[in-house]
Amino acid sequence: MNLEFSPEEIAFRDEVRTFIAENYPVELRGKQDEGDELSKEDFLSWHKVLAKKGWVAPAWPVEYGGTGWTPTQRYIWSEETARADCIRLMPFGLTMVGPVIYTFGTPEQKAKFLPRILSGEDWWCQGYSEPGSGSDLASLRTKAVRDGDHYVVNGQKTWTTMAQHADWGFFLVRTNPEGKQQEGISFLLVDMKTPGIEVRPIITLGGEHEVNEVWLEDVRVPVENRVYEENKGWTCAKFLLAHERSGIAGVAASKRGVERIKEIAKTEMDDDRPLLTNPFFRRKVAELEMDLTALEYTELRTLAGEAQGKGPGPESSLLKIKGSEIQQRITELTLEAAGHYGAPYFRGFGDGDNEHPIGPEYANRSAPVYFNMRKTTIYGGSNEIQRNIIAKMVLGL
Amino acid sequence: MDFNYTDTQDMLRDTLARFLADTYDFETRKKMLASDAGRDPGIWRALASELGILSAPFSEDQGGLGGGAIENMIMMEELGKVIAIEPYLQTVVIGGGALKAAGGALANAVIPEIIGGNVVIGFAYAEPKGRYNLANVTTTAKKDGAGYVLNGHKSVVYAAPWATHLLVTARTGGSQRERAGVDLFLIDATSAGITRRDYPTVDGFRASEVYFENVAIPGDALLAGGIDLIEQIVDEATVAVCGEACGVTRKLHEGTLDYSKQRQQFGQPIGRFQVLQHRMADMFLEVEQIMSMTLMATLKLDLPAAERKAMVSLAKAKVSRSAKFVGQNAVQTHGGIGITQELAIGHYFKRATMIEGQFGSADWHLDRYEQLTLSDAA
Repeated sequence: MNLEFSPEEIAFRDEVRTFIAENYPVELRGKQDEGDELSKEDFLSWHKVLAKKGWVAPAWPVEYGGTGWTPTQRYIWSEETARADCIRLMPFGLTMVGPVIYTFGTPEQKAKFLPRILSGEDWWCQGYSEPGSGSDLASLRTKAVRDGDHYVVNGQKTWTTMAQHADWGFFLVRTNPEGKQQEGISFLLVDMKTPGIEVRPIITLGGEHEVNEVWLEDVRVPVENRVYEENKGWTCAKFLLAHERSGIAGVAASKRGVERIKEIAKTEMDDDRPLLTNPFFRRKVAELEMDLTALEYTELRTLAGEAQGKGPGPESSLLKIKGSEIQQRITELTLEAAGHYGAPYFRGFGDGDNEHPIGPEYANRSAPVYFNMRKTTIYGGSNEIQRNIIAKMVLGL
Repeated sequence: MDFNYTDTQDMLRDTLARFLADTYDFETRKKMLASDAGRDPGIWRALASELGILSAPFSEDQGGLGGGAIENMIMMEELGKVIAIEPYLQTVVIGGGALKAAGGALANAVIPEIIGGNVVIGFAYAEPKGRYNLANVTTTAKKDGAGYVLNGHKSVVYAAPWATHLLVTARTGGSQRERAGVDLFLIDATSAGITRRDYPTVDGFRASEVYFENVAIPGDALLAGGIDLIEQIVDEATVAVCGEACGVTRKLHEGTLDYSKQRQQFGQPIGRFQVLQHRMADMFLEVEQIMSMTLMATLKLDLPAAERKAMVSLAKAKVSRSAKFVGQNAVQTHGGIGITQELAIGHYFKRATMIEGQFGSADWHLDRYEQLTLSDAA
């Protein structure tokens, strides 16, 4: 047992560092740190650089275009991208539907969809939640009725992140209204250009257009776009949720977030002294580092288990709960550090905007980011649902 | 990076766990605590001779199995699972650790005796007014010819009533809080001029107030290294206590879980109530984080002093807080029976509570962490 990187791992880390320094798009620098809203083009510009290098889907099996990296290499990768403040790619294709397709999909589905996820050609969204089905996801009512070699889908989805850009969506739909709820759900891949789909924006507290309602009226989906068996979609959904949760810990990014708070609190003055020397503020930073270190080593223990062939199980709920709480505390403390300048609501000094920003740059987006990150303990199965999962699956209650 | 135990380490754990399962059930432990000596010395002898595992953290040159901090963590975790009152921490981790680090003739003489089970060490470092500051020492060791003369009062010396040796911090120079001038001595516990006031502790050990009055000790009782050595062995001990907390809190959580599946109220097991399910899920999160922090700190003990101290403090602060959370909620979930002596759970809670403050509370460790990493100087 040891924490040291082997010479090969150090060489890999240096290779990653150099690659990022030489290839990370100039126009994206600083955007993640400041919490800027990112456009589709922003995401794609970094995605395409990684796709070209073959590093866009580190965790995928090599045969489908993954890297074959060890868990330690993946750890190094996430550390280095966070350290360099790289934007984080959208998970819907790369870490959600991709793994579902290569695990449960037909050879035709794999051949059709996986390369386009890797290249960035297709932008994916996730059709899970419905207005009446949030935490109780299995109660979903969007129905798909078989009509020849098509399903006809009717219903409404909500909280669909980035659906405004999506080429494809993966949808949970009800194919059997009888019996146990979980046993009547199917997993469909839907072309978002199909007639009958309407995407309506939902504007969140910080003013962002991130999530949407998706309305489906007589949307015809070819049966060949169903992943896995009819009425077995819940198996895919659970698999995907476990995958989603393990990535959700966000350790490397949170480390960067804490470093940033320290940088801010060294320059931000608290009357006659730097904020970081205020004992109350400083204690909150120390507690954040404490909890983040506990999370980091919990994730490393999980990775070590994965290396021995244990897949991400219900323990990943632990990473989701603690990871999301820490992400929120970081935004809370960043806003606190901003002081007066957390208040100005001044969006979009985009390219070509000549106006001077109001207050320090770090303060500018601190409140909207704080508001936005309240989502982390709600999405991906709320933290209360995660505790239910632990109670049932781990504790046997 | 590698998080796997070696086969030898797995074997060490299995051997100890099996032995303790046979010898350390709750009733047997209760009888030990109630006996005059407060322990069964046969168990210590068996750990040494029958199992031969007191050698685990010593190098092969010293007659050991070539292990170190990881072996101590394993031992402490298993001892914690049965809330053992064996003086492993004091004798092997602290006494053995100090000798290993200092080396020399004394180490060569005493380490084989530790391995053989013939030595029990009490660590006399705390004083009535020093709290957790290891350099706040008023006990003096005055040079006297080739040797020293000890005078002073040491507080709450765990295992002192059983000890053959005392490991004592004392001032050879400097003023009360000065780092320079604090030294470490390993002395015969029966030396003339030592008096003890013995008592049981709330967590089942025996301890003493130890008074030194003109105690003459030989010059070679000094373990060279001063305050830096003392801080190093206390950091190692702190991490070992975190290892013990892994075992203690895991049992608190398991015991609570079992109880919640049996205890019926309102016509169903109380474990069916969501409010208790979420509490036990939170206890699970804390136990796992105790494990993670212990592992982290164990693997960082070899770092340079400043970084080592920072990471040990981060770990102990977390472990202290989490142990409190797990202990208090274990008792609360048990209800009235949790605050009696009847079930094991209450006894685990008592040990968990003492672990919180041992070698520094959460506040003290967060403060040390901040001084090292977040202050102007850092």
